[in-house]
Amino acid sequence: MSRIRQWKTRRNAELGLLAFAMVLVAVFSATVEANQYDKINANFWVPAALIGGLFLGLHIVVRFTAPYADPVLLPAVALINGIGVAFLRRLDIARAIARDLPEPGFFAETSGRQLAWTLMSLVLAAVLLTVVRDHKIISRYAYTLGLIGIVLMMIPAVLPGKYSEVNGAKIWIKFGSAFSIQPGEFAKIALVSFFAYYLVRKREVLSLASRRVLGIDFPRGRDLGPVLTVWLFSVLVLVFEKDLGTALLYFGLFVVTLYVATERSSWLIIGLLLFFGGVYVAYLLGSVVGGPFANFYDRAAVWLDPFAQSNYERESGSSYQLVQGLFGLGTGGLFGTGPGAGSPSKVPEVRNDFIFAGLGEEIGLFGLIALLVLYLLIVERGLHAALAVRDSFGKLVAGGLAFTLGLQVFVILGGITGLIPLTGQTTPFLSAGGSSLMANWMLVAMLLRISDAARRPQNAVPERAGGAPKKAPTQLHGAMTEVIKP
Amino acid sequence: MPEFVLTVARFGFLILLWIFVFTVVGVIRRDLFASSRAKSIVASPRGVGGAVLPGRPAKVKRGKAARQLVVTAGNLAGTRITLGEAHITIGRAEDSTLVITDDFASARHARLVPREGQWFVEDLGSTNGTYLDRGKVSGPTPVPLGVPIRIGRTSLELRP
Repeated sequence: MSRIRQWKTRRNAELGLLAFAMVLVAVFSATVEANQYDKINANFWVPAALIGGLFLGLHIVVRFTAPYADPVLLPAVALINGIGVAFLRRLDIARAIARDLPEPGFFAETSGRQLAWTLMSLVLAAVLLTVVRDHKIISRYAYTLGLIGIVLMMIPAVLPGKYSEVNGAKIWIKFGSAFSIQPGEFAKIALVSFFAYYLVRKREVLSLASRRVLGIDFPRGRDLGPVLTVWLFSVLVLVFEKDLGTALLYFGLFVVTLYVATERSSWLIIGLLLFFGGVYVAYLLGSVVGGPFANFYDRAAVWLDPFAQSNYERESGSSYQLVQGLFGLGTGGLFGTGPGAGSPSKVPEVRNDFIFAGLGEEIGLFGLIALLVLYLLIVERGLHAALAVRDSFGKLVAGGLAFTLGLQVFVILGGITGLIPLTGQTTPFLSAGGSSLMANWMLVAMLLRISDAARRPQNAVPERAGGAPKKAPTQLHGAMTEVIKP
Repeated sequence: MPEFVLTVARFGFLILLWIFVFTVVGVIRRDLFASSRAKSIVASPRGVGGAVLPGRPAKVKRGKAARQLVVTAGNLAGTRITLGEAHITIGRAEDSTLVITDDFASARHARLVPREGQWFVEDLGSTNGTYLDRGKVSGPTPVPLGVPIRIGRTSLELRP
């Protein structure tokens, strides 16, 4: 069959943007060395080239497995990831100078580890793209994935603190002292797939059977069941894992997928009311009862007035970190001190949660906003894929994943800038840490896969001519016939 | 390092960062325009020739064969498509040959298939059905010249 219209895959645009992103990373590294060593070493470009090579590998995999995927997703994420590695290297260099050590090697210290994690993440993403040729296949394992998600999420809460607690948040599984993973990061992808599958099957009953109160359609009590369960669950996470951010993430994710599935704004209102109600009750309980709620109460108190003497000198959960971060951002001002010229090491945890504060000091509001616009564009491309893809399962998965990414950036940035109480979330793709990086690259791989399905013309030539015999199109596993609304 | 170089590097990085952001936006924009241009080819105004489809024209006797598909009523009235050997898909989906913006049309509504010089219309399981003149199309049905195919508010005819 002759193709009616030449469809552009835009892979070359992706390659060009990727090269541009790596040039930016190299410029960042060069500026860092100019500021730190007062000269630019001849091999300043090596980290950018190394990480660029990794991205090039994924780009080639995308060319073969998802030729119609969105051209913007990969370069935008690659730039953020690359800047993250370069910034971690900058911290390593500063530490080496402070200790009178020679320039750290490219595979040493935090940035070297981050480079290794990036390699593993990209391999994982490539495997995901290669194995899952059609995102609808995932719906076959939806219940298994849901179970895996809940188990992953609960493990740290159940484990004794010795194996799961870092800085007051019980969200880890520690294997000895060197290696630890954050299972919640992976749980979120599994849970999105499960939510999407559940809601595709229940959307009619959720959106049609409702009672109208005060001009808002409220669903029936029995349909509220799963939402209330998840709400209760996220509050439990909040209490046992002392992690408001993750609770907010899961709950927001579920409410938004529900909203996308049913197109009823009442879900958003119910969700927000439940969340704020739960948080307020936890705050009150924390001030009166203490116990498991005390940590949350501390954080809220620090958020309300970080500069108060009593909060600054608090024994557990002092506002010191938050205040240092705010000072860092303030020092950076509009244009920053320049990469390598600030002193981000004054902020505790600048490698993980506070990387935005450290970066903000050096690239200023101007640079920080550029990074935020990139995050926004990534989320936008995800939502665009959700709008364009033809099956409801894909729509819900893409929408849910894109929203999760956006919400996570909001939660951590809101925490650092004092908009919401600070919670220990990683900044996607930027922070040091393998679990977060791997999980978020898997998320990007899913978005690439779904955007490929969305942009692929229906009568396109098969990707491998003369390859595997043509199979019947994959149906959503166990789905009922859907009424296509005109 | 002289102060001047450091300042250039500091602002140069920020400027490059923003150029990257705008390049990304440009790629997204071109993507949007590419799809809207594709749409305008199909929905060209009255009098202007519509999309010319690649592929060899069907080997049929002159005078009898349909060589054009003309939209006679609906939003796209006046659009002409030159018929080749390729299938013509009609619907609201972006990748249809004829993209119709009709509230009563489905994403993949119907298709026209040539077989030995004769065009057949086939409904693709649309919600509101496809009509050939007055009758509802249930299977592949041959389409005579000048008989209206109706999809929602849109009417199409084959012309020699």
